[in-house]
Amino acid sequence: MNVRTTETDEELPRLLPGDFAIWFFIFAELLVFAIAFISYAVARIQNVEMFNQYQLTLNRELGAANTLLLITASYFVVRAIHAIRIDDVKSCVRWLYLSLGCGSGFLLLKSLEYYEKFSHGINLSTNTFYMFYLSLTMFHFLHVILGMVILLAIAIKAQRGGYTAQDHIGIETGASYWHMVDLVWIILFPLVYIIR
Amino acid sequence: MKYESQSIAKLYFIAAIGLFVGQILFGVILGLQYVIGDFLFPEIPFNVARMVHTNLLIVWLLFGFMGAAYFLVPEESERELYAPWLAKLMFWIFLVAGALTILGYLLVPYATLAEITMNDLLPTMGREFLEQPTITKIGIVVVLLAFIFNIGMTILTGRKTVITLVLLTGLVGLAVFFLFSFYNPHNLVLDKYFWWFVVHLWVEGVWELIMASLLAYVLIKVTGVDREVIEKWLYIIIAMALISGIIGTGHHFFWIGAPDYWQWLGSVFSALEPIPFFMMTLFAFNVVNKRRRDHPNKAATLWALGTAVMAFLGAGVWGFLHTLAPVNFYTHGTQITAAHGHMAFYGAYVMVVLTIISYSMPIMRGREAANARAQVVEMWSFWLMTVSMVFITLFLTGAGILQVYLQRYSEDPMSFMATQEKVEIFYWMREGAGLIFLIGLILYIISFFVKGEDVKMLGSSVSIEETS
Repeated sequence: MNVRTTETDEELPRLLPGDFAIWFFIFAELLVFAIAFISYAVARIQNVEMFNQYQLTLNRELGAANTLLLITASYFVVRAIHAIRIDDVKSCVRWLYLSLGCGSGFLLLKSLEYYEKFSHGINLSTNTFYMFYLSLTMFHFLHVILGMVILLAIAIKAQRGGYTAQDHIGIETGASYWHMVDLVWIILFPLVYIIR
Repeated sequence: MKYESQSIAKLYFIAAIGLFVGQILFGVILGLQYVIGDFLFPEIPFNVARMVHTNLLIVWLLFGFMGAAYFLVPEESERELYAPWLAKLMFWIFLVAGALTILGYLLVPYATLAEITMNDLLPTMGREFLEQPTITKIGIVVVLLAFIFNIGMTILTGRKTVITLVLLTGLVGLAVFFLFSFYNPHNLVLDKYFWWFVVHLWVEGVWELIMASLLAYVLIKVTGVDREVIEKWLYIIIAMALISGIIGTGHHFFWIGAPDYWQWLGSVFSALEPIPFFMMTLFAFNVVNKRRRDHPNKAATLWALGTAVMAFLGAGVWGFLHTLAPVNFYTHGTQITAAHGHMAFYGAYVMVVLTIISYSMPIMRGREAANARAQVVEMWSFWLMTVSMVFITLFLTGAGILQVYLQRYSEDPMSFMATQEKVEIFYWMREGAGLIFLIGLILYIISFFVKGEDVKMLGSSVSIEETS
């Protein structure tokens, strides 16, 4: 058989943490959100007054609390990686569950926010501002859920002793995705809730 | 061939190629009818020829997908097919039902066909691409269910791989979304919604899963690259296909009376639909560059790379051209759509089926690859069909741009038929390219009968096995 010697990913110097493949996904996701944010900006230019008026109806306190929750969750994920690097499986698992707790808090607060909006009869058709507010935040909401599913899968595998100080690329992969979810919110929150 | 029951695929592939020939013949007739309106009238009116052209495409692609599944699933699952007899039975039922339906289109007026098939009991006829009589639709559902049962049982009781699971997801989606064709609300907007739930969620949703898994399978086989690497790509590609494709359905809702938020959602999400196709191109070239063996079937590798490139151009680039609401405001339902439709269907689905046929047919005929002369002929057919399809697309794009300008954009818009006369030159050129496509297809069929010496993989006894 003609076997070719080709470099594998492992032989290349590692520039990015986690599995290389997740970065394709992360960049694609960031592109999705970037296009959505640009669309928001374009729509806002055409209706500045309307956007400013309805932006005031959003609950900034809940939004700020959610920002804190996501940043804290990211911090906990970082702690989990530090823990696994010194083979401390137990605290790695604990940090991961703590970050899942923060994620759940985010989902809960966001659901309360949606409940309040829906009970006022607001939906995608109400106006362009609410259309963007609902679709951007809901799309992000789904990403938080996906990020949490990934973190949960990692936590369970870690619990079963699936990661070590030498081999924990899975945790780094999941952590990278989670930070992306966090990063998107850090842009989304000021963009939709605050900037006037 | 590792498993006896894989050979059932041969039946399906032969039928697929036969129907493909029919589709192209009707394509050539249709192309001529664009410029000579009463060509073959009243025997084959334009609307009937168009229905036959599009329906044959769908039916032969379904034959191709089923054949592909019957070939690859036993090998991936490492067991014989769950019920080979059922696969054979369903083949004949599907073929006879398909043939009767096409004959029905050709021999009796559509309204009479509706009467004969008792469409009144459950009216489902009359919608573009889903023109089949209700009884044929029920037949399609029965065949699909039996097929999925057969494939599903084989997969679930054998070795499970990412490729078979993605394929199964795609096939189940194909069957489930087809059910929307049975629901025809009176409200026209709702009716269009459900129509798109079949059409869009097929070609811009679950069919992409089928395509990605078939491509991944052939690439594993011809390159010997680790399954793990290919599976990772597969996950990312299907995730992106679903993220962009599902909400991307909205790009069909711009002007049908749906709420205006669809103009934003449809534009944003469908603008991202090229991404999975672009990834597929990166993936295919990357994997072929990193190949760990030189498989003797060069033609199959060419088809696989061609699929990735042409799918990206046809579905990705030509789709993006007119997917944004402000652009689509002018281009909706013009020849731009026809240009996109031709290259997307050819690039994504025709080519992926021809890829798996190219890879598997020699194996089912008892050798690793077709002989060198046959492969040369096959590659000629690849280039003739692909290049002529590029020209068909370019000519239709030209026709479309002129049409949009004359009919919708200029100060003094012309009527539809007056515009059609002005773009005639493009239709003539398209017809020429269509004839070359037909020659390419004939050459493709000839390639199966060209004799010569077998090509073997260098120094390997387990040549077509995986190395991983």
